[in-house]
Amino acid sequence: MSKQVLQFKDVTFHYPSEDNTSLDSILEGIDFSVEDGEFVSIIGASGSGKSTIFRLVTGLEQPVNGDILLNGKKMTDRLGKVGYMPQQDLLMPWRTVMDNAVLPLEIKGMKREEAKSHVRKLLDDFGLKGVENALPSELSGGMKQRVSFLRTILSGSNILLLDEPFSALDAITRLTMQEWLLDQWKKWKKTILFITHDVDEALFLSDRIFVIIKQKPNTSIQEVKIPLDRPRSVRDLSQMDMVELKEQLIEKLRSRVEV
Amino acid sequence: MKKNLHSYVLSSSFVVVILIVWEIGARVYNRSFILPTPTDILWKLWELRSVLLFVHLPATVSVMAIGLIASIIIGIALAVWMNRSKVAEKTFYPIIIVSQTIPIIALAPIFVVWFGYSIWSKVVVTFLITFFPITVSTFDGLRSSSKELKELLLTMGASKKDIFFKLDVPTALPSFFSGLKVAVTFSVIGAAIGEWLGAQAGLGYFSRRMMTQFDGASVFAPIVLLSLVGILLFLLVSGLEKICLKWRR
Repeated sequence: MSKQVLQFKDVTFHYPSEDNTSLDSILEGIDFSVEDGEFVSIIGASGSGKSTIFRLVTGLEQPVNGDILLNGKKMTDRLGKVGYMPQQDLLMPWRTVMDNAVLPLEIKGMKREEAKSHVRKLLDDFGLKGVENALPSELSGGMKQRVSFLRTILSGSNILLLDEPFSALDAITRLTMQEWLLDQWKKWKKTILFITHDVDEALFLSDRIFVIIKQKPNTSIQEVKIPLDRPRSVRDLSQMDMVELKEQLIEKLRSRVEV
Repeated sequence: MKKNLHSYVLSSSFVVVILIVWEIGARVYNRSFILPTPTDILWKLWELRSVLLFVHLPATVSVMAIGLIASIIIGIALAVWMNRSKVAEKTFYPIIIVSQTIPIIALAPIFVVWFGYSIWSKVVVTFLITFFPITVSTFDGLRSSSKELKELLLTMGASKKDIFFKLDVPTALPSFFSGLKVAVTFSVIGAAIGEWLGAQAGLGYFSRRMMTQFDGASVFAPIVLLSLVGILLFLLVSGLEKICLKWRR
């Protein structure tokens, strides 16, 4: 059995409120663990608490109860320990591609020149050679996401959280980016936690899927293993068992939406 | 670029038309102590060039410079403080807004009583007039920095200092420059008003003195210079803005 890099143990969270009547975005007694090098997707209806889980992992929020373990150790100060790629690319419009990418290295205190030469070596891999001096406003959506992913990789953490990174891209670019992401994942040997609301995307990318089931007032997580070998191709998704799995997943999600 | 040039052509030809009408009108009216012709004013400017350029212009420019620099330093400091502390914001922001309802021109005589005819009475007037646009625009700029980006920086392990210099400052720069552009044009007004009330030198002072002598052209000549100073300062700030905000094309 391989190493657990991220564990939630009986984690409870709600936003502080005075009267405690708002039970929205509440998580109660959540348990899960993610192994080293795994690709795990989290799907759930909007408002089900997907993003809250990310905010807990990154350390932007602290659980009211329970423990969050990073690389086997209980960590309360998690800021700066986990790479986070937000839903919008969130590149700084006043910084060039290069300057956006070096940001996490800058914050870690690396010298500018050293940081830049570090980034320069990676530009080719990320399909960004020749645009390092361009501004984000001059890039296509797919390119912006690649800069954003490069920045996330440079955080240096072994755990990466990707929050619906491709939701704003068109279908074709999206497919290319998904395949590209799998290549990068293999190459960097990172553990990826991936939020999406697209069931196909989750099936294609993940080893396991966490389905967030929101049953008032609590939220629980159901785990689904994907029975596909790697490398995968999009065609694998039309196999009989995958189609059935997809229908099951959609059924799970749909029954909650009606509430 | 071409479009820009086109709009300059339009506005400058309009000014030329006005000047021609003025020239003809004033010649017909023929009372130069009330309405001098534009050419009279230009002649006067040439005649008085050494006293205007070497005595009165430096006096006015130093009032504007000291007032503006004080506004920038204190304005930025206050904006940063209000952005950091809710208490500071709640204390000062309403006062700053309300203070703008006090007509500073009406207060100016008091400054003459306090500071005499020294440069400081004029500096205070300039400062009070330019302080508002700088403080408010810088504060609004700082306040508009993105919460999402701040959280992203936090997940990278950023300190408060990192967030201030890497996020808040670049975010606030565009509105700081808008405020500064307003402030430099106000500083011309501030210095001139200050000088009207009590001064021994300065373009505003000179213009007012000539009024008492019914020398129309000499009233206008320093005003032309004042406006040129304002335009020059504005262009300077715009140029600086273009250099600092290259990314906002």
